Amino acid sequence: MYTHTHHETNQPILDVSHLTVRYNGRVALEDVSFHLHEGERVAVVGPNGAGKSTLFKVVAGVLQPNSGQVNIYGSRPLGHVCIGYIPQRNQVDWAFPVSVADVVMMGRSAKLGPFNWPHKKDWDFVNHALETVELSNLSSRQISQLSGGQQQRMFIARALAQEAELMLMDEPLSGLDTPSQEGILNLLDRLKKENVTVMVATHDLEQAASHFDRILLLNHRLVAFGNPDEVLHTENLISAYGGRMRIEPAGTMVVDDCCDEEADEHVH
Amino acid sequence: MKRLMNTFINFLLEPLSYEFMQRGMLAAVLVGIVCAVVGTYVVLRGMAFFGDALAHTILPGIALGYLVSGGAREPLFWWALGTSIVAALGIGTISKNAEIKEDTAIGIIFAGMFALGIALISTVRSYAVDLSHFLFGDVLSVSTHSLWLILIFGGLVLLTVLAFYKEFTTLSFDPILATTLRLPVGLLNNLLLTLIAVTVAVSLQTVGVALMVAMLVTPAATAYLLTHRLSHMMLIAAVFASLSGIIGLYLSFYLSIASGAAIVLTATVFFLFAFAWKKIRQK
Repeated sequence: MYTHTHHETNQPILDVSHLTVRYNGRVALEDVSFHLHEGERVAVVGPNGAGKSTLFKVVAGVLQPNSGQVNIYGSRPLGHVCIGYIPQRNQVDWAFPVSVADVVMMGRSAKLGPFNWPHKKDWDFVNHALETVELSNLSSRQISQLSGGQQQRMFIARALAQEAELMLMDEPLSGLDTPSQEGILNLLDRLKKENVTVMVATHDLEQAASHFDRILLLNHRLVAFGNPDEVLHTENLISAYGGRMRIEPAGTMVVDDCCDEEADEHVH
Repeated sequence: MKRLMNTFINFLLEPLSYEFMQRGMLAAVLVGIVCAVVGTYVVLRGMAFFGDALAHTILPGIALGYLVSGGAREPLFWWALGTSIVAALGIGTISKNAEIKEDTAIGIIFAGMFALGIALISTVRSYAVDLSHFLFGDVLSVSTHSLWLILIFGGLVLLTVLAFYKEFTTLSFDPILATTLRLPVGLLNNLLLTLIAVTVAVSLQTVGVALMVAMLVTPAATAYLLTHRLSHMMLIAAVFASLSGIIGLYLSFYLSIASGAAIVLTATVFFLFAFAWKKIRQK
């Protein structure tokens, strides 16, 4: 079997303390500290380049911090196979010759261990995951034949097959039409019932406020972390978005933060 | 009609009455299968340039073996194998830590080593003939001994791919997933580089260093156009590579063209047909 660490369940699922990460001399994250409880849904919000992807990669153990540390149930991420990282869709080679079921089965690679081929139990995991995300009927499709929302759900199924307890989703909603976004958000509600802890990077402050238990406002430093009403104050938003935001006379704040497909985000 | 049939059968059987043709066919098919399977990962991971560079980089190793052994062919496989593995892991390390871009670093090393190889071989008087065998292959002079080496090492490569199929696939599709699943990513990457290196050594006598990349890339790319499943891609690539080996050797026999070139040209024609077929179907 490949290594994995046992959980100290009296410890928080994620404990980040004094995390600092630099890329080529530029600070991506500076002194970020927070912790999450099991089953929480947290939206990570901040301008482009605020360090959201960096935070996820450090939490997943893909990137090593310059200082500070991350603990998953009381120990470093590198021993844990319970962290599901769901990449941005534009980082994936969609022409890769694999079917939806193949990709979901990849989530079983660690639990299977070396030299093993999938057993019935692994197929049960895969089929159950595909049912949960409502993709059972498309399981033999090549992955480029899925819509954006279906592709995102496939990766959630892969994290479920991995038996992930902490899911990190990098911009899962961007570039999706409204029904697809609703589909993903409903799925997140179902994951909460299974006690999966979810961190979602998003640009949409409205969705962050309405669908998540807590909001983590990030701009290299942790600006604010708490319930949506506590976090989404003018003062916090100005300190996170700075010049990229203006307040209109009617009291509407406009965050001018261009990302891939979406233009502006409106906050009332 | 019957006579025509007989003529055709004779056309097919006549080359096989020569033992060197039998051994050559067997070598070409075995090498084709190994290259096709490993080449599938080379194509999917965009490592064609690495494969080409690796094949060229082993020339000084072969040249040294050739000088040390006084022109004997048998020990060259081991020289090629050793150089190839060292070069693969070396290029892997250098390209990760380079101050300059990866492909530039590989380009500099590969051309420099290739030149060193040519320089070494050129110290021997009869170098032109031998050099051309290293560059373009000479499958018709494969000995029974070499055939065994191809079978054993090619078999090892195929068994390793089979054993680590799910790890290699996961790593190639999504390296971040491989890391979060705590697969031994560094080890697997080096294992894959080693497999490519062994494949290069095994294929040396069939297609030579200059045409090697075609065996790694062309059948796998042909299969890539025709299927959406990785396992099928490997199988289809192996079929096209084997057919290219067989048809190529018939062409070589009847038209008196160089065997390595004939095999590669056949594989290229298959690719062009697959490409055209796909374009027509998309319309």
